[in-house]
Amino acid sequence: MRTINTDIVVRTVRDMCINANLYLAEDMENKLKNAADNEDGVLGKQILDQLIENLRIAGEEKIPICQDTGMAVFFVNIGQDLHIEGISLTDAINEGVRQGYKEGYLRKSVVGDPLLRVNTGDNTPAIVHYDIVPGDKLEITIAPKGFGSENMSKVYMLKPSDGEEGVKAAVLDAVKNAGPNACPPLVVGVGLGGDFELAAKMAKKALTRDVNSHSSHEHIAKIEKELLEEINNTGIGPGGLGGKITALAVNIESYATHIAGMPLAVNMCCHVNRHVTKIL
Amino acid sequence: MNKHIKVPFSKDELTDLNAGDYVYISGTVYSARDAAHKRMYDTILSSEYKDENGKVLYEKGVLPIDLTDNVLYYLGPTPARDGQVIGSAGPTTSSRMDKYTPLLLEKGLNGMIGKGKRSEQVIKSIVDNKAVYFAAVGGAGALLSKCIKQSEVIAYDDLGTEAIRKMTVEDFPAIVVIDSNGNNLYETAINNYFCSLNCLE
Repeated sequence: MRTINTDIVVRTVRDMCINANLYLAEDMENKLKNAADNEDGVLGKQILDQLIENLRIAGEEKIPICQDTGMAVFFVNIGQDLHIEGISLTDAINEGVRQGYKEGYLRKSVVGDPLLRVNTGDNTPAIVHYDIVPGDKLEITIAPKGFGSENMSKVYMLKPSDGEEGVKAAVLDAVKNAGPNACPPLVVGVGLGGDFELAAKMAKKALTRDVNSHSSHEHIAKIEKELLEEINNTGIGPGGLGGKITALAVNIESYATHIAGMPLAVNMCCHVNRHVTKIL
Repeated sequence: MNKHIKVPFSKDELTDLNAGDYVYISGTVYSARDAAHKRMYDTILSSEYKDENGKVLYEKGVLPIDLTDNVLYYLGPTPARDGQVIGSAGPTTSSRMDKYTPLLLEKGLNGMIGKGKRSEQVIKSIVDNKAVYFAAVGGAGALLSKCIKQSEVIAYDDLGTEAIRKMTVEDFPAIVVIDSNGNNLYETAINNYFCSLNCLE
């Protein structure tokens, strides 16, 4: 059985926190540049040009792309043939976050209690979703999540009779309600099916997909494309100031569900859709 | 219309600004977001503010800054590296400040920089008190940090990133979203966009 020590997890997570907040993934950066070339709204175009200039400054001068460097959300796939030694894996991830947010000059945006609201001072605890998978590797994805867009996210418990039209109407409703607040152009993460909490988790995970990818289910991929077009026909535009690029992508993750229901979660993400994956 | 403005500014000066104007702001602005707003609001209405040893820092009704004619920037920056004035410094979503804003406007606040929609009560208060609401580009914190030439924490140090900072800005880019007459660019921007397409030759 393969063995790894949590020391390497700490170091890896630390570096991932810093890199995710300074450099946008290539797929996202190219998508934004493409958007700037195509935007025909005057204010919208001006905003997209500023966002591209912002990415350049962030990378060159090591200033985080956005001051909201997020709550550190992780998706961790643990190979069932892997043995992890050292401290607890969750403690190791939190130690990596602690070091990364300090050494990377990232903002500490976490309060220890939702009502008492005292900042924990080191951006921990992280939110970690674990899956057990075949193999002997450890795959870690970090998706630092800002709350300007998170606050505009929604869960809908749709009925089976609502069908495809109901799904589209709900996603459009969420995007229109978000308007300028979620910092468009958006990446819209959608979780369809499962139950209440799985829908929300899938919506978040959908944001970590390559921005050019589509669902492997043909009928779902079709909805992704049609929804993107409908969202971009709203005219909300970059910054909510008018334009044709309101969203860069709609990513839908789907799962089996109950005969009585059709849960739908919409997780909004701004144009700073950060995610980094490492395999140990 | 592009305009260069100096802040703080008087009611007379800010009434020249119209929703949709693209402005470059120079002068002094103060950072304040959720926790600082709550503390100022509570201090005005109900309580003195004490430090952890029980020492009274601000009496009831006394704020750490005089809001008169001033501009608040809804900002919680990342820490500065050595040699930097400030870290990433873009706007946060304004609607979370809506509960506190009318009272601050009544205390003389003239402008706010943030992003996103405001409530009906805030818009009414902006008109009643003759103030102005600007949006900066959300998610452009590295770019906007270059327009901040000086920054100093002057109150609520214990709030970390949410402390109140006095900042000197130069040609800070923003857009007038709600002007002193209550015109709201977020209400008209989509129509303006579609109209601009239809008007193309």
